[in-house]
Amino acid sequence: MDGIHDLGGRQGFGPVRHAPDAPAFHAAWEKRINALYGLAVRRGVFNMDEYRHAIERMEPRHYLSASYYERTLTSLATLCVEKGVVTREELERRAEGAFPLALPAAAGRTNVVTRPRLAVGDRVRVRDDHVPGHVRMPAYIRGKRGVVVGVSPAYPFPDAHAHGVAAEDERTCDVRFSSIELWPDAAEPAMVHAGVFESYLERDGSDGR
Amino acid sequence: MSETARAVQATAPVERRAAAIEAALEAQGWKAGEGIAEATRKVEEEWLPANGARLVAKAWCDPDFKRRLLADGRAAALELGFEFPRHHRHLVVLENTPAVHNVICCTLCSCTAFTIIGLPPDWYKDLEYRARVVRESRTVLKEMGLELPPEVEIRVWDTTADTRYVVLPMQPPGTIGWPEERLAGIVTRDSMIGVARL
Repeated sequence: MDGIHDLGGRQGFGPVRHAPDAPAFHAAWEKRINALYGLAVRRGVFNMDEYRHAIERMEPRHYLSASYYERTLTSLATLCVEKGVVTREELERRAEGAFPLALPAAAGRTNVVTRPRLAVGDRVRVRDDHVPGHVRMPAYIRGKRGVVVGVSPAYPFPDAHAHGVAAEDERTCDVRFSSIELWPDAAEPAMVHAGVFESYLERDGSDGR
Repeated sequence: MSETARAVQATAPVERRAAAIEAALEAQGWKAGEGIAEATRKVEEEWLPANGARLVAKAWCDPDFKRRLLADGRAAALELGFEFPRHHRHLVVLENTPAVHNVICCTLCSCTAFTIIGLPPDWYKDLEYRARVVRESRTVLKEMGLELPPEVEIRVWDTTADTRYVVLPMQPPGTIGWPEERLAGIVTRDSMIGVARL
């Protein structure tokens, strides 16, 4: 989905609030929630793709204003309600107030049948796909051209895995893009790499294959 | 509760929401307390930047290990006894050189090789870093205190899939010949993310 979570290249943000010894956690409840979501994954209540997608499905204003661990909390609670582990009424009774959850998911999809089998050095173009459910293709690479510089082992295909749809595991390619290809005349020169599932890619025809 | 009633009810503070889900899961028979204690121990005692620092220091001292680390980061980390969660099947080690500087991020969420470099710091997960570092890396690094010479190529690695990345920083010239343990002491989390040089 073209969600608010897909932040790469968005403009208008200010300086990074950086400190050399910046903590991962700011409050005790954050550690507890981080542990609980890990426990839920280990218990098989949901998988990492469902977890990520439930964060992406948060109402955009809630997403932007929530801290990182509030997003974890919202995803955990949403999935526990959707999977029938707890009810929203129980959560709101215990919290003594409203408990905002993520919005419902759209449909998932399985692998692209015609996906290419790629190797380091292959020139690729990211497919011009608009996927309503979970997808791990950041919008800033959509339709862009790059070169494969690495190939991973096969992983569950997130577009399916987040939605309980059957699919084959897929490899991902580390694809190198020029920032100038990504944002013509509107980015600082750099090589930008993303891990891209083969279903998101097609061969770049200009290399004659 | 109807949607109308929900709309007028004030949102519970986040601490109360966190306590509510914990209590609800406990009531379902989850051993939440045990899970929390175990995860807290891992976060505080096992998944530390010191792990990555040991990999870096060993790579600086042992060319064969460095070759293995660059060829297969996960296998090299397993040699030293470090662990990976099930969904981290691949660790790519990115070597900085005088001509190339690597920096990692996750624009979609906050993925990192957390068992190797520790859980990500707050700023790594903030909207500012995620939005900006892919598009204006040189400026962002400069704002964070790292001004790179203009001839250095910047390579940004966006952790959009399950492959995990860690930067192998350059060894500071003044530390050649130091023992591995002492070298590990100078390797910072920021240098393995790529927002600092040593």
